[in-house]
Amino acid sequence: MKDHSTIGRPAPLVDGIEKVTGRARYTADLADRDTLTARILRSPVAHGRIVRLDTSRAEALPGVLAVVTGADCDVPYGVIPIAQNEFPLARDKVRYRGEPVAAVAAVDAGTAEAALALIALEIDPLPAHATAAEARAPDAALLHDDKPGNIEREVHHEFGSVEAGFAEADLIRDETFSCAEVHHAMMEPNATLAEYDPERARLTLHSCTQVPFYVHLAVARCLKMDTSRIRVVKPFVGGGFGHRTETLNFEIIAALLARKAGGKVLLRLSREETFLTHRGRPQTDVRLKIGMKRDGTLTAVEAEAVMAGGAYAGYGLVTILYAGALIHGLYAIENVKYDGYRVYTNTPPCGAMRGHGTVDMRHAFECLLDRMARELGLDPFDLRRANLLEAPTFTANGLMVNSYGLPEALDRVETASGWTERRGKLPRGRGLGMACSHYVSGAAKPVHWTGEPHAVVQMRLEFDGAVTVLTGASDIGQGSSTIVALAAAEVLGIDMARVRVVANDSEVTPKDNGSYSSRVTFMVGNAAIEAARALREKLILAAAEKLEADPVDVVCEGESFFIPGAAQSELPWQEVVYAALAREGTLTEKGTFRTPEKAQGGKHRGGAVGSTMGFSYGAQVVEVSVDEATGQITVEQVWSALDVGYAINPLAVEGQIEGSVWMGMAQAMSEETAWRDGLHAHANMLDYRFPTIAESPPVEVHIVESIDPLGPFGAKEAGEGALSGFPPALVNAVADALGLDVNFLPVTPDRLLEALIKWRRAQKRAGGAS
Amino acid sequence: MSRIIKLEVNGREVEDLVPDNLLLVDYLRERLALTGTKMGCDGGECGACTVLIDGVARLSCITLAAAADGRAVETIEGQAPGGRLSALQRAFHEHLGTQCGYCTPGMIMAAEALLRANPDPSEAEIREALGGNLCRCTGYVKIIRSVRAAAEAMA
Repeated sequence: MKDHSTIGRPAPLVDGIEKVTGRARYTADLADRDTLTARILRSPVAHGRIVRLDTSRAEALPGVLAVVTGADCDVPYGVIPIAQNEFPLARDKVRYRGEPVAAVAAVDAGTAEAALALIALEIDPLPAHATAAEARAPDAALLHDDKPGNIEREVHHEFGSVEAGFAEADLIRDETFSCAEVHHAMMEPNATLAEYDPERARLTLHSCTQVPFYVHLAVARCLKMDTSRIRVVKPFVGGGFGHRTETLNFEIIAALLARKAGGKVLLRLSREETFLTHRGRPQTDVRLKIGMKRDGTLTAVEAEAVMAGGAYAGYGLVTILYAGALIHGLYAIENVKYDGYRVYTNTPPCGAMRGHGTVDMRHAFECLLDRMARELGLDPFDLRRANLLEAPTFTANGLMVNSYGLPEALDRVETASGWTERRGKLPRGRGLGMACSHYVSGAAKPVHWTGEPHAVVQMRLEFDGAVTVLTGASDIGQGSSTIVALAAAEVLGIDMARVRVVANDSEVTPKDNGSYSSRVTFMVGNAAIEAARALREKLILAAAEKLEADPVDVVCEGESFFIPGAAQSELPWQEVVYAALAREGTLTEKGTFRTPEKAQGGKHRGGAVGSTMGFSYGAQVVEVSVDEATGQITVEQVWSALDVGYAINPLAVEGQIEGSVWMGMAQAMSEETAWRDGLHAHANMLDYRFPTIAESPPVEVHIVESIDPLGPFGAKEAGEGALSGFPPALVNAVADALGLDVNFLPVTPDRLLEALIKWRRAQKRAGGAS
Repeated sequence: MSRIIKLEVNGREVEDLVPDNLLLVDYLRERLALTGTKMGCDGGECGACTVLIDGVARLSCITLAAAADGRAVETIEGQAPGGRLSALQRAFHEHLGTQCGYCTPGMIMAAEALLRANPDPSEAEIREALGGNLCRCTGYVKIIRSVRAAAEAMA
């Protein structure tokens, strides 16, 4: 590996000082004294027809500037162009409790809330279905008239022949796993600041989004405005984890209110309302059947996933496709059958969440592998090693794999955890479990296919010697602006302090699809490298002219230009900047990234989902102790190795791995939404339980670098791949500690205790009978 | 009803007429434009709004502005006098104790209260002191490291 001058060493975030001083401004921090306050009236029932909605008394209340209802927007929206069936404010029907019905903008919060109370809303209730099983029942009420059986999308894929594969197997096992619905619960509650200038018919939005470009498109469609009259700015954003990877109802509602009021409106949702916006990982039941040979070689996999997707399409068809597509790509498997059912339910729409679509399926897969290893007397590590891919390769469903650090990841955590020496020798109640996982580095086909490059970065050489980088990449805390700055500094051989990143203002920065599917480092990083190289070429030409040398001999490094070993003296950066600007004036160069054709997945229907330029590969060991009297699990230690291709910023890579391991732990041990008569019973940060600092374990991170041939400096994604390894590693550790297998998530103390009691009774009965 | 309060905010004397039911967090954010203090929940759940009142970590979202009458309030904005980062701010920056940054002001203020009372806290003591401050990004690993690094830098 070539030495790098800037990258590859821990770099604090370029916007970190703003964050630690309180100077970082998030959407709700941007309101000024004349900003109007908005509030939303939400449906009190989970399913029903709106028979009366009268806002006249609210409109007449002094201090109310605008009231909007479903009548103000008749254009449906949704992130998937072929599946747009949601309105920002319900029209005719409501399909979940908490669905927005009307909204008010007023001079202050008290007036806005008083106005909501004056709105007359009558709804004729219809039967509501909170679970996939109820919604699929033959007599179930339909959420959408055009979706019989409440099935949003079915997927049926078979690669190879599972029949032939199972015929070859020495051991076949079939189990069902049930995983609860979970939510992102990013720390910043949802907020949009919308400002409308009626004189110019222009709208400006500041919003807490991961996808400002998608917000721009959806708001223009819903408000029937020309896209050029809209400006979308993404300020600091307090996390996302997928919640904000599509335009959300409150963003459009804020825009509608601002236009109607002819002014500036802040719509800040409460935490409860943020929970009700949902878009999380759906409740998922996985039935999984695996066949393998005595040596652990996989011969066939048959999987079925049923997801309770909520009331509207959202990302649903992508989620149900991901669950099947990423059965592939981790191990060598030729015979795979997948049946997926995405079901409409009377709950807030699900969406993308860190590890989109893959987490619950991976959980089932890695748990079942462990149980089969036990039956065959194989070590779980050896079982995985019996099924490794050989890169470069393509999977049975057409996914491209160019780099594959899983073998090294396995070795690293096996050694670090003392697996071989310690497993099976721990006292009862203490156990070790492991699992593997992977995730895409950006989807090779975007949701909005326009034919444009996936990423564009502009780099401008300034008269003062600074380099301004213009990017649409959305930094939501993961450090994407830092990656772009690092790439520029590395290629140009300059100090980071010379680089200024301007991001996410549609008025000045190039379009970018946004922060989702772990695409930014790979795509925007590559575009930044290309832009910086183009700028370096121009600078080298100018330097060569001054040095009276052949440009190919000129080196640009350490803020100077020189010819190695030659007599000419070095030219400092600023002198070459002046020379380059003298040649042609202000210099702006551009870099782009396009995904290669062969990375775009199989030709089958839905084959684009799961396709990527490179997968991260993770192996994880979790050590637990379990209190058998209470069912309480304590995670003592986690060892997590992830192949990230190359760690451009190892500090941020560690942070991403620690954070995703922890989020996997939270899903595994405590997180779940809960619906009682359509009401979200966990819509706060206490009942929606996730670990505090007191309960969070040490995580030992091992960075594996496989140097991907297409990645920027060899890098791949780092922020999602480790997550899905945690839940199965935990359940496998509990099995090691107690001998009990559990097939549900989260493994809360009450559930584990109940399972333990049943298991002991069953053992007693079996003992008594023999 | 409203009342006049006199308090010190980040070392400056302030006198103001405030409604009795005005929350301290809204007073700081809306009246004084100190938006570094964040709201992450609907009251008392997440710790993002933590400030110091007479040196003790308090949740400004469940404290009335009137209750700060006669007291000294410190927020994240007061932690970098002359623009130089405090030891905790520097450590959170350099050790990536902050990712999205939204919990960071509250986290740093809670840690500040800890370090003033206990300049050399153990990992267990850090975990206990920050138990009411939630974070969704970091898994807390680098937050613990940041607080330890600040304690070592101040030693």
